[in-house]
Amino acid sequence: MRWDPRIEEMPREDLQRMQYKLLKSLVYRLYSFSPFYHDRMKEQKVHPDDIRKLSDVQKLPFMFKRDLRDNYPDKIFTATKDELVRYHVSSGTTGKPTVVGYTQNDLNNWTTSLARGLTSAGLGRGDVIQVSYGYGLFTGGLGMHYGAERIGATVLPTSVGNTERQIELMQDLGATAIACTPSYLLHIGEVAEKMGINIKKDTLLRTGILGAEPWTEGMRNRIQEWLGIRAYDIYGTSELSGPMFTECAEQKGFHIWSDIALVEIIDPKTGESLEAEEKGELTITILQKEALPMIRYRIGDITTMEEDICACGRTHPRIQRIQGRVDDMLIIRGINVFPSQIEYALMAIPEVGEHFQIVVTRKGALDDMLVRVELNKESFSDKINDLMQVRQKLEHRLRNSLNVNVDIELVEPGSLPRFEGKSKKVIDKRSM
Amino acid sequence: MDTKKYVIKQISIFSENRPGRLAAIAHALGEEKINILAFSIAEANGFGVVRALVDHPEKAHDKLLSLGFNIAFTDVIAVHMKDQPGGLYEVAKILGDAGINIEYSYAYSGKEGAVLILRVDLVEEAIKKIKNSGATLLERSVFH
Repeated sequence: MRWDPRIEEMPREDLQRMQYKLLKSLVYRLYSFSPFYHDRMKEQKVHPDDIRKLSDVQKLPFMFKRDLRDNYPDKIFTATKDELVRYHVSSGTTGKPTVVGYTQNDLNNWTTSLARGLTSAGLGRGDVIQVSYGYGLFTGGLGMHYGAERIGATVLPTSVGNTERQIELMQDLGATAIACTPSYLLHIGEVAEKMGINIKKDTLLRTGILGAEPWTEGMRNRIQEWLGIRAYDIYGTSELSGPMFTECAEQKGFHIWSDIALVEIIDPKTGESLEAEEKGELTITILQKEALPMIRYRIGDITTMEEDICACGRTHPRIQRIQGRVDDMLIIRGINVFPSQIEYALMAIPEVGEHFQIVVTRKGALDDMLVRVELNKESFSDKINDLMQVRQKLEHRLRNSLNVNVDIELVEPGSLPRFEGKSKKVIDKRSM
Repeated sequence: MDTKKYVIKQISIFSENRPGRLAAIAHALGEEKINILAFSIAEANGFGVVRALVDHPEKAHDKLLSLGFNIAFTDVIAVHMKDQPGGLYEVAKILGDAGINIEYSYAYSGKEGAVLILRVDLVEEAIKKIKNSGATLLERSVFH
């Protein structure tokens, strides 16, 4: 099944011609109407007239997450307030979050991208898709919701949490697919077992659309075997719009729809484009974005791209599973966490010092994050209650700024490692 | 009434809840020839507060501070209890009746009977009430 056979099977040369045209008009539009991109292109000494073939995209300047932070909340937006129909907000690298705005066309393209992907994974009318990504500022819930509705499936918008109820509804309403993080699905499997429910035998579940955190082939095999479903990887970030690209039934990487995104894999050190199948940093130009355009956006994920034609017959290139990060970003229960956010949050709390250590473990199937901080000499109180309050305040503050639950451990001053570089700040004990 | 002579300087030390921390504190005090007269540990999830009465609180403070410990002085009082059933009740009742709150306390068996160390919210008030009731408060000089 194809959602849009004309586009999905379009010969590669025609796709590239289409990309070139879209790129060219995007660059002209931004050079004319976006002060941010205008200045960037001037700095790079590149003019829209210099874009004469698709590979000329390499002449264009890169864009980074810090550009979004520096232009908080909406200085880079190229749509007016009355053209915007939605905001989503995700974590930034420091105190300020990243705000993404959408026009109606942006939402349509996002939804179309997902509709193609979900169809390619075998979903459609008659399916009941349980969306167990968070609804709200996070793009996961609402993105999947609209994608699933678009293909005519029935949406069960359970959002996150209350796992026992999720399992009851999965059973009672006959969910055939679930969209969530792979670790949450494992957690569901474990809780179901405790409730005496065997997902494989006692539910109609047969498809998982799993993403928002890194996972492995081993984990896929385990999920498929244990729960009796087909598990598909999904990829996206809020800057691109949200969850956008999924694997097809072949399960050999995400199809990146060429009319929506132009993908490059670059050497993160030199910025040079790499050949197909070479490992590097994923860099994406979203060709038809209106509110928050993205040219050569460096997401920070490390992967490879495959340009051969997929066995499913779709002509669009695929990127492989994300294999790492160029920075120290962590993913905790599907939420991106930068150690710099923690540093920033701690600076505002006088009771503790600026040194910290993050310890990430798995409790059962779920991630657990502990932050160890040094209690300041001046803030030491003989009363246990006062110290507990300091800890609660920290947990509350970090929870608010990171959007994920954090346990705090107060430690003695001077006891955390110093001057040992970033690697020592994070101890990741998770194994997949 | 001179209440000051009954105010005793306790040292309180923040400690992580892991093996060897108490040994480190005790070793440091031993090295300085500081004697620990009474002692307790309060623990919360992940950390604790070690509280002690020592013969040289200033010296203990400086030593532990130089080793990087979080340390503070806290004012406490020490009351003689009758070493028999009802002994604790007598002391606790005096404070309860006077509306004085005990934040924490610990006991030790002193040379001349049982001693209750008390951290209360109203130190002076507590001293007066205990004195007036006829119970015996230990003077600071007993300790340091």
